[in-house]
Formats: sequence, structure tokens, C-alpha cells
Amino acid sequence: MSTISDNQDKASVVTSDDVYAIARHYRFQWEEAQQCYVLLFPEGMIKLNGGAGEVIKRVDGQRNVAEIVADVQAAFPDVADIEADVIAMLDLALEKAWLEKRA
Amino acid sequence: MSTSVQQNNGVAASKTNTQPLWLLAEVTYRCPLHCAFCYNPTDYDKHTKNELSTEQWIQALRDARKLGALQLGISGGEPLLRDDIEEIVAEASSLGYYTNLITSGVGLTEKRISAFKAGGLDHIQLSMHDITEEINNFITGTRTFELKKKVAAMIKEHGYPMVLNVVIHRFNIKHVKEILEMAEALGADFVELANTQYYGWSLVNRSQLMPTKEQIDEAEAITNAFREKVGNKMKIFFVVPDYFSNRPKKCMNGWGEVFMIVTANGDVLPCHSARVLPNMSFPNVKANGLKWVWEESPAFNKYRGDDWMKEPCRSCPEKEKDLGGCRCQAFLLSGDAEAADPVCTKSPHRHLIDEAIANAQKPYLQAQPILFRNDKNSRKLIEGENRELVEEFHALP
Repeated sequence: MSTISDNQDKASVVTSDDVYAIARHYRFQWEEAQQCYVLLFPEGMIKLNGGAGEVIKRVDGQRNVAEIVADVQAAFPDVADIEADVIAMLDLALEKAWLEKRA
Repeated sequence: MSTSVQQNNGVAASKTNTQPLWLLAEVTYRCPLHCAFCYNPTDYDKHTKNELSTEQWIQALRDARKLGALQLGISGGEPLLRDDIEEIVAEASSLGYYTNLITSGVGLTEKRISAFKAGGLDHIQLSMHDITEEINNFITGTRTFELKKKVAAMIKEHGYPMVLNVVIHRFNIKHVKEILEMAEALGADFVELANTQYYGWSLVNRSQLMPTKEQIDEAEAITNAFREKVGNKMKIFFVVPDYFSNRPKKCMNGWGEVFMIVTANGDVLPCHSARVLPNMSFPNVKANGLKWVWEESPAFNKYRGDDWMKEPCRSCPEKEKDLGGCRCQAFLLSGDAEAADPVCTKSPHRHLIDEAIANAQKPYLQAQPILFRNDKNSRKLIEGENRELVEEFHALP
């Protein structure tokens, strides 16, 4: 297996055929009052900016990383090098333990 | 339409664009435990009558959710002394709250925990006190040591994230390493080591509870080492004791910024102990809509932002960092709710903190009997007995 992206400061731990899900005990939802996606967990919450929300909402325990990247690219065809942004977001989410690996 | 509202102190402030993200429901002040460090008001006995009904709680949850409230803590007292928590949890969950039951564990049965799971409760925060039965039972005034361990196992079995909250004081601070080992063995996902902050009962018992600076430094070093060892498996929070800092905490992350408490009788507060503050009346859900409470009530606007500040805060380059600290602590210790939090070394009242730290080392003060949190002691304080214990403070803590 190889990492999809290597143009970051740190080596990415995310690979194209990984499957992730929102971590146990975390909840991801759209908040009408804040007009953003949030992650809720014991003792805390994170408001996700638009880009982060677009990535995390596709993390469903079914699709692999390559499929998520393709889906985001299809949704935002005008954004250059969106793959690196998606991978960086997934790396961050893993580091924060918001996600867990399913496969 | 006007964009400014009138504050209690006559200063106009911009109407808030904040949201009460955290809602704490202190559903009852009744409690089977008698913890010496409880932050609840020492006159809580006044607030044990006229508790909100189930319907009133549900209405409050709906209204707060519309304002953007997301994280819900159901606390007390001991919330499980009410028999409608299942109903409240189910409603909260259907409204989309992330719902946390904050409990001593007393009253948590298999039947109730199953009902909470079915109703969508997200997590349970259990208070633990020590690794020794002796200290657990002493500080809580109850024999609850074995029960708490059983409840911890039950929480785990039902698949909840386990959040342990351990209030740290002189009697257990030497056991921080063992407490963390116990938490790991119980499978805790989050551990909060909450150094005692001095409000309510803990303020009355301050000289008996406060550890030394050296003990706190050691406890923090042990915690940091343990955190390195366990990594993400168990997240450990070490709540820094403000008396030993040079700058105050940004209390509640700012008055009326993110936090709202609805108390047992329906009073709505911007922080846990706001009722000690003078010349303020707090709104109540029985009479006021929460939208008005949050956005326009004089109480929630009184210390919003920094218009209320005096020197040394007003011209302080650090004022945005801590917003002058805690209004309740400023008032209780200095008698002036608009003064800088005495914790700040720029405060003219810092000597009050240093004296409290010094007093906690005096053997005769350490040896004074602890005033445990119970109905009898609360009534005595309300009626004016034990005045000597609170006379150095500017209100009943």
C-alpha cells in the first residue's frame, strides 16, 4: 500500500484503500443554528469549517479514501489539488481520534 | 430596530451574537452524597423546593436547542434522585443534543441504564474520589466506594464512553498516579482531574482541602507522564488550580458567551455560582423565554464583553485572554464583583489568595472540622449559625 499524498510536512498515514468511520462515542451532525457541521464528544465539540465538513460527512464506514476523494473532486471540480486537502483533513481527524479505521 | 440593550449597570452593549452551546441542567439540589468540596451553593436547601416539572424541563430543552445549545449536561445534586430523567434524556436525544448524565452513580440500576441507552443518552460522567475506601467514604460522607466501582463496570458493559471525574484535594492528591491506574483498569475513555476550585462548600472548607504548590506540581508531572504512556486511549484533563497561577482563568469562557445553566427551580444563570453576586436578579424559565434570557436579560448582559471592567483590567493588554477572571471569586473574596479576579498578580487583592494559601498550611486551620454538604448544615448557614466560617467572604459562598 502506498500513501496517496506525500506533499505534506508529515508523512500521511492515510492510504487510498483505507475505510474510516466516525469514532465510537463521537457524533457528527449538521447544526442549523450554527450553519455548520459539528463533531460532538464527551466534554467537547468541534465546529467544522465548510471544507472539513464536506470531507467528514463522506466518512461513513463504507467508502474508501479513494472513493471519498473522487466524490469530493466531483462536487468541487474547480478546486485545484483538492486531493491533498482531503488527505490532510483525514490525517488531522485521525490524529485527533475523531475517526477510526474500519478496514 | 435597536441593536443595543440596556445592562444592569446602565452601560449599553451590542446585542450578543453568541450561542449557549453548553447547557447545564442542574435538575435537583438533593444529593445522597455530602462532599466537602461541592461547588453547589451553601444555601442550596432554599432551592430544593419548587423543582421544575418534567414538562417545564422539556420546554426549556426545546427552547435552548433553538438557540443553538448542543452539549447538555444533566447534573445536580444527584440527578438520579428524580424519576423522570429517562423522559428528559429521550427528549434531549430526539432534539439532537449530545447528552451527558453527570452522576455520583448512586441510584444507577441496570433498569435505568438500559432505559437511558434506549433513550439515546450519549455518555455518563461518573465521579470517583480515591483509590482507598477510607478517603472516598470520608470526603463524600457516605459509604459509596464499592458501589462506584460496580457502576463504572456497568457503564462500560452498556457501551457508554466512560468519563471519570475526580476532584483533587489534599486528601487524594498523593494518589494521583494510583487514581490514573485505577481509571485505566476500569477502561475509562476520559479522565478529568479537577483540582478543587473554591466556591460553595469548598470555599468554606478551603483551609482543610487545599494542597501545597509542590503537591500540585508533582501531580501535574505525574499526569503528564501518564498521558504520554496511555496516548489517545485515555484522554486526561488536568484542570489547573487557579490559586496557584499568576493569571485568572477565563471563567466560563466569558460571561454569557457559550454557557447557560438552568437550575432546579428554573433560575437561569451564566455560571454555577452567579447567585452569590449582589444587586442582580436572575431570570427564571417559569416567567421568561430563554431567547430573551440569553440575548436581552440584564443578568446575561451584565458582564458580557469588557465594558464593565475597572482598572487594572480595563487597560490590561491581557484582558481579552481572561476577561478579568471570575466575577463570583472577585466578589466573594474582595467584596467587589467588578474588581479583577484576586488570583491575578496585578490585582490589588492578590494578598487574599496568598493568605488563603498560607492559611491552608496552618495546622490549627487544617484541623478544623470540615463542614460537609448536607441539608442540616445548609439550613444552619442560612439561619446564621456557623457565621464564623463564612464571615471572611462577602456572601454565603
